[in-house]
Amino acid sequence: MNALIKTFIRSREAQLIAAMLVMIAAIASRFPAFITPTNLAAVFNDTSILIILAFGQMAVILTRCIDLSIAANLALCGMVAALINVVAPDLSLAVILPLTMLLGAALGAINGLLVWKLNIPSIVVTLGTMTIFRGTIFLLTNGAWVNAHQMSDAFKSLPRADLLGLPVLSWFAIVIIAIIYILYNRTPFGRSLYAIGGNPVAAVYVGIDVGKIRFFAFMLSGALAGLAGYLWVSRYAVSYVDIAAGFELDVVAACVIGGISISGGIGSVGGAFLGALFLGIVKNALPVIHVSPFWQMAISGIVIIIAVAFNARAERKKGRIILKSAEAKS
Amino acid sequence: MSEATTRTLPDRLGNRTRDLIYSWESLLIIVAIAIFIINSFASPYFLDPWNLSDATFNFTEKALIALAMALLIISGEIDLSVAAIVALASTAMGYVASLGGGTGVMVLTGIATGMACGAFNGVLVTHYKLPSIVVTIGTMSLFRGIAFIVLGDGVFKGYPASFSWFGQGYVYWVFSFEFVFFLFAAFVFGILLHKTNFGRLVYAIGNNETAAQFSGVRVARVKFMLFLLTGLMSGLASVMLTARLGSTRPSIATGWELEAITMVVLGGVSILGGSGTIPGVVIAAFIMCFVTFGFGLLNVPGIVMSIFVGLLLILVIAAPILYRRFKSKG
Repeated sequence: MNALIKTFIRSREAQLIAAMLVMIAAIASRFPAFITPTNLAAVFNDTSILIILAFGQMAVILTRCIDLSIAANLALCGMVAALINVVAPDLSLAVILPLTMLLGAALGAINGLLVWKLNIPSIVVTLGTMTIFRGTIFLLTNGAWVNAHQMSDAFKSLPRADLLGLPVLSWFAIVIIAIIYILYNRTPFGRSLYAIGGNPVAAVYVGIDVGKIRFFAFMLSGALAGLAGYLWVSRYAVSYVDIAAGFELDVVAACVIGGISISGGIGSVGGAFLGALFLGIVKNALPVIHVSPFWQMAISGIVIIIAVAFNARAERKKGRIILKSAEAKS
Repeated sequence: MSEATTRTLPDRLGNRTRDLIYSWESLLIIVAIAIFIINSFASPYFLDPWNLSDATFNFTEKALIALAMALLIISGEIDLSVAAIVALASTAMGYVASLGGGTGVMVLTGIATGMACGAFNGVLVTHYKLPSIVVTIGTMSLFRGIAFIVLGDGVFKGYPASFSWFGQGYVYWVFSFEFVFFLFAAFVFGILLHKTNFGRLVYAIGNNETAAQFSGVRVARVKFMLFLLTGLMSGLASVMLTARLGSTRPSIATGWELEAITMVVLGGVSILGGSGTIPGVVIAAFIMCFVTFGFGLLNVPGIVMSIFVGLLLILVIAAPILYRRFKSKG
C-alpha cells in the first residue's frame, strides 16, 4: 500500500494535480470568484473539446505516430455538419452527429491507410492531409462563413443545454473520458497501443498487427475530431475555413504536459485529461488575473518545454530504478 | 585456377549515369519542367522575365530556411519553430528600428536573434537530450508568444529606405538580391553537405547516431551547429521578409515551417534522417514556386494551391513506393 502511495506521489498525475492546486490557490487568494464551483465548471466546459481531442491524439502518439491533421479534420467535419444543417434544417442531430463522426473517422482512415499500407512517416502524411482538409473546406464553401442565423436552434443549443446542472458539452467530455478509460486500459486494443509504442518489434512477435492498430488509432483520432468538429461549430455558432487553426499544437501540448511520451508507449488517460485541463486553467486564468491574452502563447510555450524536460527525466529515471531494484533483489 | 573461376564477383559498382537518370532529382526536374511547360501554355503571362522574377520572391525566403532544415532533418532532428523565429527576429528588428537603429544594426539584430533562438533550441535538444519535435513545438509557441507580448495587436513600420533593398532590391536586371542570395546560399550548403567532413558527419549521425557516437563523432556538437545554422537562416529570411513587407506584425510568416518542411521532403530528404541532397531541395523549391505562381496567374486562391502542395507531398512520396511494389509483384 505504502509503495502504491509512493508511486502515485511520483507520478505525473500527482505532479499535475499539485501544480494545478497551487495555481488555483494562488489565483483564488486574489480573485476568490475563480474557485466558485460555477466558474470551475465553466473552465472544465471550456476545455471539453481539448480533452476529447487529446484522447485521440494520445492513441496515435502511443503508437509512435503523430496526427497533425486533427484540427483540420475538426474544421472540415464541423463545416460539413453546419452545411448539412443549412441544407436540411429539420434533420435530427441523431443523424448529423453520427454522420460527422463517420466522416471524421473516414478522414482519419486516410491518414491511417497511408501510414499502414505505404509506411509513410505519419508526420509527413498528416502534414499533407492537414492542408488538404483545410483546402477542402474552401472548395466546399468558396471561403464563405456559415453564421449563427443560418444554423437551426436545435443544432446550436445542444452543447449549451443543461443536464443535471452541467452543459451537455461537459457531459460529452465526461462520457468520452469514461469510454476512453475502459478502451485504453481494459481492452486488447488499448493494450496493443501501449505494446506497439513500448517495442514495435516485440509487439509483432506477440502477434499484434502494428500497422492495423495504428490504422485504428488514426481512425479513432479522426472520429473524435469529427465529434469535436460539431461541438466546436455549434458552441461558437460559426464555421469558416480557419476555425481551430493551430489547435493541433495545443492538443499535442496537452498530451506532452500530461506525460505522454512522444516516443510512444508511455502515458495514461488520467495524464492526458489533466494535461488538457492544465492548459485550460492557464488559458482561463490569464484574463482573470489581468494578464494580457497576448502572454498566453509564450506561457504555454514555456509550460510545454518544462513538461518535455520532466517527461525526459521521468523516462530516464525509470530505467535506472528497475535496474537498482533488480540488483537489490539479487 | 579453379579458385579464381569460382570466386564470386563483388556487387556491381554503381553506374553513375544510370543512377543519375533514375535518381530522385531527375524525377523532380521532369516534374518541374512539366509544370513549367503546362504553365506557359495555361497563361500567356507566365514566360515574362519580370513576372518570373516576381515569382521568385514568394519562395526564396522559405527556401533559405529549407536549406538549413534539410541538413537538420538529414541528421534526424527537426525544427518546427523556424517560422516563429522569423516572427521574433522581425519583431526584434522592428524594436531596434523604433529606437532609432539604422539598417546595419537592424540586419545584425535580425541575424543575432535568429542565432540566439537556434542556440536555445540546440541547447535544449543536445544538452538536455529532449526530443526536438516537441521542444520546437514549445519554442514555436514561446518565440511567437514573445513577439505577441511585445507587439500585441500593434505593428512596427517605417523602416529606413536602405533597409528595404534586402527585400526589394535588384542585383542585375531581373535578378533580385533575394534570388541571387538564395542561389549563393544553395551553393554554400551544397558544398557544406556534399563536399566537407561536416556534411559526412551529418549523414553519419542521421543513419546511425549510436554508431557515429562510437566512431568519435561529437554528435551533440554537430547537432547544436545545425540548430544554430537553422536559426541563422531563419534570421536571414526574416531580414528579407521584413524588408520586403516593410512592416512587422506578430503573425508574420505563419505556417512557414510546414512549407519549408514540405520543400525538404519533396526534395527527397528522408524525414527519418540519413539521406537527401541539396540539389533535390533546390529543385523542389522551384517546383513549389512554379506551382504557386502558375496557379496565381490563373486566379486560383492560395488555399486551393495548398491542397495541391499537400497532395504533391503525399503523392511524390507514395509514387516510388507504389512503383516498387508494383514492379516486384509484376
